[in-house]
Amino acid sequence: MLRYMFKKPQLSSPEFRLLLITILVFLSMAALSPDRFLSSQNLTSMAFQFPEFAILALAMTITMMTGGIDLSVVGVANFSAVTAALILTHFADPSMSGSQSLTWLALAIFAAVLVGCISGFINGILVSFFGLPAILATLGSGLVFTGFAIAMTGGSAVMGFPDTVALIGNSQIIGIPVPLIIFGVLATLLGLILTRTAFGLRVTMYGANPLAALYAAVNIDKMLVKVYMLAGVFSSVSGLIVMSRANSAKADYGSSYLLLAVLIAVLGGINPYGGYGRVIGVVLAVLSMQFLSSGLNMLQVSNFAREFIWGALLILVMVINTYSSRFSTNSGR
Amino acid sequence: MNFISKDLLKRNETLVAVVIALFCIIATIADPRFFSITTVSDLLRASIVIGILAVGAMVVLVSGGIDVSFTAIAVFAMYSSSVLFLSINPDASWPMIFCVSIAFGAFLGAINGVLIALIGLPTLIVTLGTLSVFRGFLLTFIGSQRISDLPPSMRDFSRGVIARGTTEAGNFYSIPWSVLALLFVIVLTWVILQKTMLGRSIYAIGGSVESARRIGINVKWTQFFVYVYVGALAGLAGIIYGSVGRMADPFSLVGLELSVIAAVVLGGARLIGGYGTITGTLLGVALIVIVQNSLIVIGIPTTWQSVTIGLLILIGTGLPAYRAKKVAKNAG
Repeated sequence: MLRYMFKKPQLSSPEFRLLLITILVFLSMAALSPDRFLSSQNLTSMAFQFPEFAILALAMTITMMTGGIDLSVVGVANFSAVTAALILTHFADPSMSGSQSLTWLALAIFAAVLVGCISGFINGILVSFFGLPAILATLGSGLVFTGFAIAMTGGSAVMGFPDTVALIGNSQIIGIPVPLIIFGVLATLLGLILTRTAFGLRVTMYGANPLAALYAAVNIDKMLVKVYMLAGVFSSVSGLIVMSRANSAKADYGSSYLLLAVLIAVLGGINPYGGYGRVIGVVLAVLSMQFLSSGLNMLQVSNFAREFIWGALLILVMVINTYSSRFSTNSGR
Repeated sequence: MNFISKDLLKRNETLVAVVIALFCIIATIADPRFFSITTVSDLLRASIVIGILAVGAMVVLVSGGIDVSFTAIAVFAMYSSSVLFLSINPDASWPMIFCVSIAFGAFLGAINGVLIALIGLPTLIVTLGTLSVFRGFLLTFIGSQRISDLPPSMRDFSRGVIARGTTEAGNFYSIPWSVLALLFVIVLTWVILQKTMLGRSIYAIGGSVESARRIGINVKWTQFFVYVYVGALAGLAGIIYGSVGRMADPFSLVGLELSVIAAVVLGGARLIGGYGTITGTLLGVALIVIVQNSLIVIGIPTTWQSVTIGLLILIGTGLPAYRAKKVAKNAG
């Protein structure tokens, strides 16, 4: 039975396996605590929770497609959020009229995305022009971005925003949480970029074989800068959602999201050596992680145990992916 | 080509040494009290644990891998050996407790070794995973409380000093036993890397796995050894950290791994493997420890510490990488 399934290429894809895992996790969590897990309240709260780290996972995905990695995603997110928060607390005050504070909110969002863009540009230059390994470049730049956020705030949280800030992270449009909409838009966008544009093709090509891409006259430096800028912009959006949901910004928010973002990307079938990855895989991975995390929460499993389970899951998925790809290459498909 | 790379490597070490010297000169001008035996002994004490961890991380980088889980191994080994001895034999001597902690570390390192050497998974992602597995396991199943009444022999260890005294200005200084542990690790690692086949194999697989395999090196066994060795060193560093701090804190150490890797990389080790020296690593550790402890002396507020370390990593690794890229371009 299993053998039969592996013979069909579309069924042996990591995405199909992931779909099964997602359904399995959902069903087992629903079976373990049916009335609470399936309640509309829980489903809504899940939809509010996952977009912030799911967007970081999208940022991780595009860098991993090139065989790189972005360890600065959380640093960029917090740096952008702190920038936006400082603008909001300095120039906008809660007593302002709605339209005025909306203007400042738009400006703050623009500034945050700009910060993400510039941070990503710096990463891209370091990786492409200076030829630094992505791990080192983003490790160092991540420290610098976090450091700027610390220096700008003195290490404490920035609070006291106008109410309009809650629009990004805490409101719903026709019953759908706004963060979920943002995630949906960004995921679709990334999916289209990777599959429907020449740029996406170049990214995949470079990830699969850098030398071949070079001989195919791909402008590698320019492509890498774009990849890291895209990751920076995604990270800053995630930072804005965190800021809105927490109603504050701080230099060390979400430090556990880095591991989670790598985990989701790898779980989603992205090849960490580059060259393979599909956004649908990442989306499925995000869903299964959220079901698991929320279910464990209901079973009152501690945060530490969750950290343990996440790590173990990451390694398990890597082992399964390695052995199944060996299996399929040995049997000659 | 080889000659040029060696030259670059030397420059990286000299660069770090020059930065340290400059820092000390500026700091002494800013505050003459900086240049004293008290400062030296303080900085030395602060660099013991980071130093031992950095030597281990350097060996991994030389072999062409990267390990970010060693801080979790260190805290796991330290905490669980403390708990173990408190419950079965609180009067055990410190060498025995140390050996058990090292054994715990080696065992956890072996788990990394199996995943990386035998199954062949990418090292960064495996160790990111085991980092949270080890820490999560420790906090869930072993304990999440700080323990301050450690076995008495561990306290005795922390009291032992090689030299102590008071300067003319009335400042107290002391050089603890744990310095000897760092020295031991340095000598042992130097001997392994420079004087044994195993050590040369580590450099060889870091240079090129395929070439190493063709000249008959057992790549899997060598990689496995590297991760066990790093785990053992982490176990030692952890138990020293616990003893000297007189507290087993399960939340400590984790988070330090990036600073340690930064120190090693500043010292000239390269992520692609095959390069790395103990001298460079120790210089890198000295620089990081100075930045972490004495930045304020030259007038940079401590809130800028993270920016400074990040910039040091980018400049310290960016310059040689950029030069290497230019050389490669000119050559081909």
